[in-house]
Amino acid sequence: MNIMQIVAIGLTAAILALIVRQQRPDIAMMISLAAGTILFLMILGNLKSVVTVVNQLSRKASLDTIYLSTVLKVIGISYIAEFGAQICRDAGESSIASKIELGGKVLIMMLAVPILSALLETILKALP
Amino acid sequence: MDVDLIFKIAAIGILIAVINQVLTRAGREDMAMMTSLAGVIIVLLMIVDLISRLFNSVKSIFHLY
Repeated sequence: MNIMQIVAIGLTAAILALIVRQQRPDIAMMISLAAGTILFLMILGNLKSVVTVVNQLSRKASLDTIYLSTVLKVIGISYIAEFGAQICRDAGESSIASKIELGGKVLIMMLAVPILSALLETILKALP
Repeated sequence: MDVDLIFKIAAIGILIAVINQVLTRAGREDMAMMTSLAGVIIVLLMIVDLISRLFNSVKSIFHLY
């Protein structure tokens, strides 16, 4: 899974989308959607190994798994929200894209609240 | 990986455009609309399982439930 393969697929999909865009703009959008999905499915293998290594390191350092899983959730949510928002923006629906991004932000904030409260408690305890 | 899916979608798109032109020239606008709808639905079916695979793998990697 090298960079040349990724660039080749991306370029061919872009060219095909351009060809089809004159007659069928909806099919062109679907080509770009399919290309984005295929590229990310290819990258996921490497990402999975990175995530497992980070997990093992955190377990060895006896970190609390709640923090690492929250960070991973935030990364996942932000990626999916960005993926959907970008596709909608390509299709010309920037208002829907901003709504998707707003939803993503709210979900990430919801995930961050328990960590913030834990942080505040530790700070308050540390104060004399 | 299923890179040929992109080529299949492009082929269907071009095919629909050609069929549309032929049918409109022959004076059958309704058939032209039908074929373009059918083509779009076929492409959607191909894309839906791809996206479901993407979401399942992201869910499994990032422990998103």
